Amino acid sequence: MSESRNSGIGVLADNLKSIWCSFAGSFFRAGKPTSDMSRAAIMVNNFFLHIHSVKTHINSLRPGYTLGMGLISMFLCLITVGSGVALMVYYNPSLENAYNSVKDINFVVFAGRLIRNAHKWAGEGMIVFVFLHMARVFYTNSYKSGREFNWLVGVVLLGLTFMLNLSGYLLPWDQLSYWALVIVSNIMQSPKELTDSLGLTKYFDVGSFSKELFLAGLKPGKEALTRVYLLHVVFLPVILLVIIGVHFWRIRKDGGLTKPVNYAPKYDDIQYVIAPDKKGGIFTPNKTYGLMELAKGKTPAVNIDVEHSVLSWPNLLIAEAAVFMLCMAGVIAYSYYIDAPLKELANPMIPENPAKAPWYFLGLQELLSYSAFMGGVGLPTIALLGLALIPFLDREKDKVGIWFSGKQGKGVAIEALIVGTIVLVGLMAAVIAFGWFRTWWPDIPQIVITFINPGVIWVGFMILWALFVTGRTGSTRMGAIALFTMFLLSYLILTYIGTELRGPNWAFYWSKSQWPAH
Amino acid sequence: MSSEAQHKDTVITRREFINVAAIGAAFLSLAAVFAGLFRFLKPKVAYEESTKFKIGAADNFPVGVVTKFDEKGVFVFSSEDGLYAISCVCTHLGCLVTLTEAGFDCPCHGSKFNKDGKVVGGPAPRALPWLQISRSVDGSLEVDTAKEVSAGTIFKIA
Repeated sequence: MSESRNSGIGVLADNLKSIWCSFAGSFFRAGKPTSDMSRAAIMVNNFFLHIHSVKTHINSLRPGYTLGMGLISMFLCLITVGSGVALMVYYNPSLENAYNSVKDINFVVFAGRLIRNAHKWAGEGMIVFVFLHMARVFYTNSYKSGREFNWLVGVVLLGLTFMLNLSGYLLPWDQLSYWALVIVSNIMQSPKELTDSLGLTKYFDVGSFSKELFLAGLKPGKEALTRVYLLHVVFLPVILLVIIGVHFWRIRKDGGLTKPVNYAPKYDDIQYVIAPDKKGGIFTPNKTYGLMELAKGKTPAVNIDVEHSVLSWPNLLIAEAAVFMLCMAGVIAYSYYIDAPLKELANPMIPENPAKAPWYFLGLQELLSYSAFMGGVGLPTIALLGLALIPFLDREKDKVGIWFSGKQGKGVAIEALIVGTIVLVGLMAAVIAFGWFRTWWPDIPQIVITFINPGVIWVGFMILWALFVTGRTGSTRMGAIALFTMFLLSYLILTYIGTELRGPNWAFYWSKSQWPAH
Repeated sequence: MSSEAQHKDTVITRREFINVAAIGAAFLSLAAVFAGLFRFLKPKVAYEESTKFKIGAADNFPVGVVTKFDEKGVFVFSSEDGLYAISCVCTHLGCLVTLTEAGFDCPCHGSKFNKDGKVVGGPAPRALPWLQISRSVDGSLEVDTAKEVSAGTIFKIA
């Protein structure tokens, strides 16, 4: 009896003595990453790491291939989530308190201004890096051969990024928020421009319906602020994070990042990575597969280029940690020196002059200054549809994973850059100098302007040019490169015009210093 | 009774019928949920001010003077013939236009209107609306921002 009690207590005592090892061991189940086996096991067994495969292709680790753009977008997104939750501690979404609570965050709350700045700049940074990431995927020809769906998911994420930024700057209830809300709600109403011209408004007023649904009234007020707040902190972020999950999941299911078919590592590439300890066992091309084999499509790198794959731990994780640290450092440094704007309290009686949106919408605002419906609804829809259709209109399977699909593509892109700049700048200069239809014939019906305005003409030119390039080169890929290059170019040029060359009453000025003093 | 196999081409089997009915019912109830959601989101009451407001007696408007009612977004003009009211809410995207020598300018997207509110430049799809002026029972004049009258309608004071 005493013996059994002794052994029971003895076991307990031994367990207590070894509690640190067993406790820690339950967290670090794979043991120290000293062998390929344990390094592989870490990637498989950890919930957060199993999003990566155990091994990563050397090409995916080349900074010159991915440029880290997608990762940066993701990390900036995480920063906005963290700082956003912090801001929610003090922000109060009511007409009486919204503006004051943002002022409190800026001037009273400890580190409040830094957190708000980080939230703002990481959010705007997402726009920049999501665009750059899209451009990387496009120019490396990585949107096809099974990746069509993930390209679509990416286009949705681009749209969500814009919507989150937009709903964000509606919240402080300053002059920018109020007048942006007026303009956005009227853009939602702008299908009326079309239904009015066709005489359909009295039967089917979809414009006014969506405006009323969004504002919960006819003018921006407290209910509108509540709705925007819910969109910004619950609805859109949840959708964004879920879809980001799908985006990452598809990368694995589509066989990892793209790479050239006949990839051969260069000396530089080898320098970056740590090779596996051994070549045999589970690291041979003849590795066996479990249920994964049954999955349709391309499961991760089956039997392809195994000799060019290295362990994700540590090769990939070190790179990711480095990118994350750079992101964090960049955002904090930028936020330390540059403050997020906060204008005066919303004044429904006096709009600002000029009433400008943040820079990333000023290209759109330029288009809006031709036609509310086309600039605010029609052309953005065409642009998003065009982006979504790219992988289905260009299905050439060769030269995947090669920047610009080689020399010819580079030429086509540069040509599109030059031709596009000349045509768009020329068009804009003509519009600024001579005006448009209404200036010449004030009685012209609105529907003519809705469908024939500088924005529509430019989009038409882009499409015609892409068709011309496709015909000339006999390659849909080359046409796509021309179209996409012109799309990026017009975003840049229109944004520049809207930001720098437009002043009070949206009139043209060479610089801000020429604006009339009020 | 004949066997089901013989009737397969012409008769819907019980299983098929129930399948279609179940799926149809699911979609119908989903549609009802969405319709309800729209109705839930559409406010039944807007807590906003009346669109009709008093502007005082006609004596307040000497000939040649323009009075702006900031909170309502209305200009009231006084001419030899009488009074007329023009909305200062731009028909493009809802910014407030300012009065200029030549007419009205919009600060947001550069719409220009002449003195009668007609579009002479920029993206505005329609002229600035002329609003109804009426005399209320107490003799004061009223403007209704929701009631548009045709351009050139002047309220005679006499």
